[in-house]
Amino acid sequence: MSMASSWHKYASPAEASRRRPLILRTDVLIFLAILALVTLGATLMAQSGLISTSFVKTLGKTLCLCLAALAMDLVWGYTGILSLGHFAFFGIGGYAIGMWLMWDRTEAIVQSTLARGPLPATDLQLQEAIGSQIFGVVGASDIPWIWTLAGSLPAQLAAAILVPGVIALVFGWLAFRSRVAGVYLSILTQAGTLALSLWLFQNDSGLRGNNGLSGLQNVPGLESVPQSTLSLWFLWASAVALGLAYLAAVWLVAGRFGSVLRGIRDDEARVRFLGYEVEHYKLAIFTVTAMVCGIAGALYYPQAGIVNPAEIAPIASIYLAVWVAIGGRGRLYGAVIGAAVVSLASSWFTGGGAPNVNLGIYTIRWTDWWLVLLGLSFVLVTLYAPKGLGGLVDLWTEHRARRRTGDLGPDQGALRAEEEQA
Amino acid sequence: MTLLRALLLGLCLALPAQAQEGAVQTLLQSHADDIAKPSRRTIQPVLDDLAASGLPGILPFLEAWADKGIVQRDADGLFFYGDRNGDAYALRSVEDGTDAGTAGRREASELKPNAGVRKLIATTLVTFQLNDPDPDRRRAALDALSRNPTPDLLAPLRASIETEENRALRNRKEALDRLISIRFGTDPAIRLAAIDWMSDQVSLEARAALNAVLTTETVVGGAPEGANVARRLETGEDFTEAQALAVLARAEIVPDRVGRGDRDAALIAAIADGEIAGRPVATLDTEAARWAAYDALARAGDAPPRPPEGAVAELIAANPITEIYDEPDPAITDAARAALAEVDARVARAQVADLGLDALSLASIYFLAAIGLAITFGVMGVINMAHGEFIMIGAYTGYVVQRVVPDYTASLVIALPLAFAVAAAAGVVLERLVIRHLAHRPLETLLATFGISVALQQIFKNIFGTQAVPLTSPDWLAGAWTLNDVVGISYIRIAIFILAALFLALLVWILRRTRLGLEVRAVTQNPGMAASLGIDPDRVGMVTFALGSGIAGIAGVAIGLFAQVTSEMGAGYIVQSFMTVVVGGVGSVFGTLAGAGLIGGLQKGIEWLNPSNTLAAQTYMILFIILFIQFRPRGIVAQKGRFAQ
Amino acid sequence: MSALLEVSGVSKTFDGFRAIDNLSFSINEPELRAIIGPNGAGKTTFMDLVTGKTRPDTGTIRYGELSRDLTRMSEAQIARAGIGRKFQKPTVFEDQSVDENLAMALRAARNPLTVLLRRPDTEAGVTEMAARVGLGGQLATKAGILSHGQKQWLEIGMLLAQEPRLLLVDEPAAGMTSAERERTTEMLVEAAKTHAVVVIEHDMEFVRRLNCRVTVLHEGRSLAEGSLDHVCADPRVIDVYLGRPESAEAADA
Repeated sequence: MSMASSWHKYASPAEASRRRPLILRTDVLIFLAILALVTLGATLMAQSGLISTSFVKTLGKTLCLCLAALAMDLVWGYTGILSLGHFAFFGIGGYAIGMWLMWDRTEAIVQSTLARGPLPATDLQLQEAIGSQIFGVVGASDIPWIWTLAGSLPAQLAAAILVPGVIALVFGWLAFRSRVAGVYLSILTQAGTLALSLWLFQNDSGLRGNNGLSGLQNVPGLESVPQSTLSLWFLWASAVALGLAYLAAVWLVAGRFGSVLRGIRDDEARVRFLGYEVEHYKLAIFTVTAMVCGIAGALYYPQAGIVNPAEIAPIASIYLAVWVAIGGRGRLYGAVIGAAVVSLASSWFTGGGAPNVNLGIYTIRWTDWWLVLLGLSFVLVTLYAPKGLGGLVDLWTEHRARRRTGDLGPDQGALRAEEEQA
Repeated sequence: MTLLRALLLGLCLALPAQAQEGAVQTLLQSHADDIAKPSRRTIQPVLDDLAASGLPGILPFLEAWADKGIVQRDADGLFFYGDRNGDAYALRSVEDGTDAGTAGRREASELKPNAGVRKLIATTLVTFQLNDPDPDRRRAALDALSRNPTPDLLAPLRASIETEENRALRNRKEALDRLISIRFGTDPAIRLAAIDWMSDQVSLEARAALNAVLTTETVVGGAPEGANVARRLETGEDFTEAQALAVLARAEIVPDRVGRGDRDAALIAAIADGEIAGRPVATLDTEAARWAAYDALARAGDAPPRPPEGAVAELIAANPITEIYDEPDPAITDAARAALAEVDARVARAQVADLGLDALSLASIYFLAAIGLAITFGVMGVINMAHGEFIMIGAYTGYVVQRVVPDYTASLVIALPLAFAVAAAAGVVLERLVIRHLAHRPLETLLATFGISVALQQIFKNIFGTQAVPLTSPDWLAGAWTLNDVVGISYIRIAIFILAALFLALLVWILRRTRLGLEVRAVTQNPGMAASLGIDPDRVGMVTFALGSGIAGIAGVAIGLFAQVTSEMGAGYIVQSFMTVVVGGVGSVFGTLAGAGLIGGLQKGIEWLNPSNTLAAQTYMILFIILFIQFRPRGIVAQKGRFAQ
Repeated sequence: MSALLEVSGVSKTFDGFRAIDNLSFSINEPELRAIIGPNGAGKTTFMDLVTGKTRPDTGTIRYGELSRDLTRMSEAQIARAGIGRKFQKPTVFEDQSVDENLAMALRAARNPLTVLLRRPDTEAGVTEMAARVGLGGQLATKAGILSHGQKQWLEIGMLLAQEPRLLLVDEPAAGMTSAERERTTEMLVEAAKTHAVVVIEHDMEFVRRLNCRVTVLHEGRSLAEGSLDHVCADPRVIDVYLGRPESAEAADA
């Protein structure tokens, strides 16, 4: 009631909610409530056996993908940098945490094996045994230098965040400094992603080549906890991470900082003439979102159980953009909706959940045709619904708002630049 | 049946032996005793006589003889090809291999020449083969000879050089002559001359021959008097300490190396009351402690001793390790070393040339794959992520044509224009249905065309399956043009190079000499002005899109001829194509050419530096390109106009 | 009194076309100056050079008491040093509301970390500036749905909110109704009491109303300088604006 009355003080509901403490904004509250409901509901249903452990894992993974999509929305939807490399940061996060999971577990196994021998194990023996356990699959037994700190959880957690951050910082500094923007930047990020995945594919990358890291669902020290419980822990961890990240993102895009980001998206040159160092802002948002993706990956892959170079391939990063576009870019909940809907639909269709369609002469098997449907629906969304699914939310909340102009979306800055050229 | 066979057999036997004798049999009968019971001393004149006869039937006879496939019928002493078949021999005539009845196991005896005789027969055979009228058989004989050269083949080889008319074969025979001379010759002057001749060669055979002269033996404890010393081995330079110890151990100067496994086994065997040599087992948790315990065991005689550690330098000083050439004559080895260095340098230069050819061929592929993209990007400012799928469509068009038209040449002639047409049509559809509606929104176009790309890949996967399908090149494209053992390039790659050159010329012609080209350039440089001059940018856009996509289709056929045709093949080229366009400079044909050249050359160059790892090569190349764009953000050929600052 | 902005001997060539040719120009603080000239005279290139969008081939551009060399500074640094620019076409952030546009322009720290962490209440500043440019009632309106004149005002408001020492204003009156023009003139004259203001304008009537010193640009060079009446009397200026067939014939002969 008080909410409704406070609206009248301001010219519009949007303005009203802007002046309220961020955490109490209606959209934030609704988002957090839905997130809490989903998580709680899934927990209760899992406890009572209504949904399987693998479905809980799917939900947890979806939340991590939503987190990555949120980061993508910040960098693309708000700042207009179409990075085709953010899923690589997600993968790096997974690799960083996977190294610890694999190392620590292998070390424990090797130690118990060696302890059964007549002689007490030496450090060298231990290293060799771990080396051949982990790297035997690529025909090596030496431990690569990047595994130096693999035995330390804090170090690997830090790596999951810092390695994407440092890579993004260096790459972004190089790219933004020379004012690479628009499609050029997209291609450059895609090339960088390809380079990373090709490097990981080779056997002497030190990360087990195309085998990737596996057995990540087993968390060292928690062997006694059944997977059904562990999956719920991860679901909660993912939900908390998503909730906190959402709050942080709302805080980030509110106020002048958010204005500058959207300004960069729409007209980069104008922002420069206002005295803002556009490159610093771009670099900041590029790096921070890369680190968020690293965190998301570190939460995702223990639930997925395996991380390999195929996960990092450029196409994965494009999918990330697709989720954001389908959900509606430039609005935080849009990214979350997009990632959730598309990834859940994807696992429903490709997991054989969707019934086949018998056309008489041809039966559409969704496992074969899902990608066609996704690709085409993506084209349709881009053509006819540039605001994505989030646009539906707009219709619902803003039907009383004043008339709005046709929004060209994040590309309008480029449009203006071209008009200027012409 | 049995009766009939007996009757026939009887009939054969009844016939006078002389009646079925031909020239070969007659000749053989004249040496019947020597052939039936050959010895090394007596057989050579017989072989010479047989070889001199020039009869065509002699060669298969000699082959069969050396292979123990000849029998002599006891009754009349005639020779036949005989295949043992249970208790009987199936006889075939030595003249022409026709059936000559059978003989019981006891009615004929198999000829079993001993090893010495077989060797002489083989030499004669080589003589035959080296003079065979069929060049392919001569070449096969030379191949066999160079795989396994022996000194006694030198004479027939030399004899055959004079009459050799095929130039290439004659060259090979001469080369082989020198190869054998170097290895087995006795006259130093001839050998030196042959080595000298060898130093002008680029062939792998030459290297092998020179290396064969330079084989060494490792000797411990100083070289014997008069030995041809290659070098004295020093640890750290020529080999590691562990290798030095292994050499010393073989010479029984130091005990064999004790591995960690052997050590642990010895230690475990010596565990008594929780102790090893007086040390508690629990204390042996470091490598040093274990070695100390082992050394204690060794001192007590309970374990074999191990070589001293840290004293390798003294050991080597006391027992110098030298490599001695098997060839005693230092003049020969010196000449061979010098010649080998020269050959190696020449081979390295040839490898660079070969690398250049490889790079050129890769660059033409990238050019074909990227030029369509460059045109559409330049004219319309559009990134078409589905460009790779147009390549795929072209390749599958070629595949379908081959299914319908089985003749590979004809199908290729049909497939090239058809692939252009199909891909161009697909391009026009894409342009009209999607890209036109996203004008001036390049990032959205990128993503929408990506959606098309995903859908197209999956559709083709559903139609043609996930397995790669073949696109076979006609026979005349199957071989390779080889300059020497190192420099060579397959005809397909030459054809692709020509195709790329053709399209380069065609595009330059279209852009510079036609109305369309004028309009395209106008739209590229200033779309607004072009439109106000009455040029319809939509039409120009559509035509360029058709052209660009069509070329991608042609590229697809070309790529499909040497790579696998799968629904994902286009995706493999898309990033490379983008980089080619970006590095070269958007909207410029020559820029794309330069970009393709740079990327192709770079990739081959990096692969050459790190040949074991093509994946890493691609990684480094991409990193290089990212850095390159730092310094030339607009590419090699910077375009002025729409995208210029 | 030394000049606030001192442009000396600046040249800029685009692909062989001399957009600015050995131009010298200076302005004091406070001062109102109009730059006029026919199409292609280099007016916009001049602004690009001063604001750092384009780098000169030769010459120096010095600014302020410290005589800082603007050719070595980025666009953002120049803007922070106190040079504000209003574009020929109204360039506001259409997707953002009037108050967001103004808040972004308000004088305050510009580096990302400070912007993110310090969030001072800008309401007073924004409201005041909006009132000043006549947009007081439209704070929450998206800039994209303002009228053309309102967008011009919003941009002038953003320019003023930056509190620059030097204002570069490119054709402020283009596309405005006469009432809006009058209002705009007032704003500029008002601003010029405390700031250095350079107005680029086509419209002689508007320039006359500004009642200030005028610089005539032609083919990248400064042709004449002085009061409007003075420059209008200059035969070279008449040449440029009206053309003089006799002189062309004379040149031919």
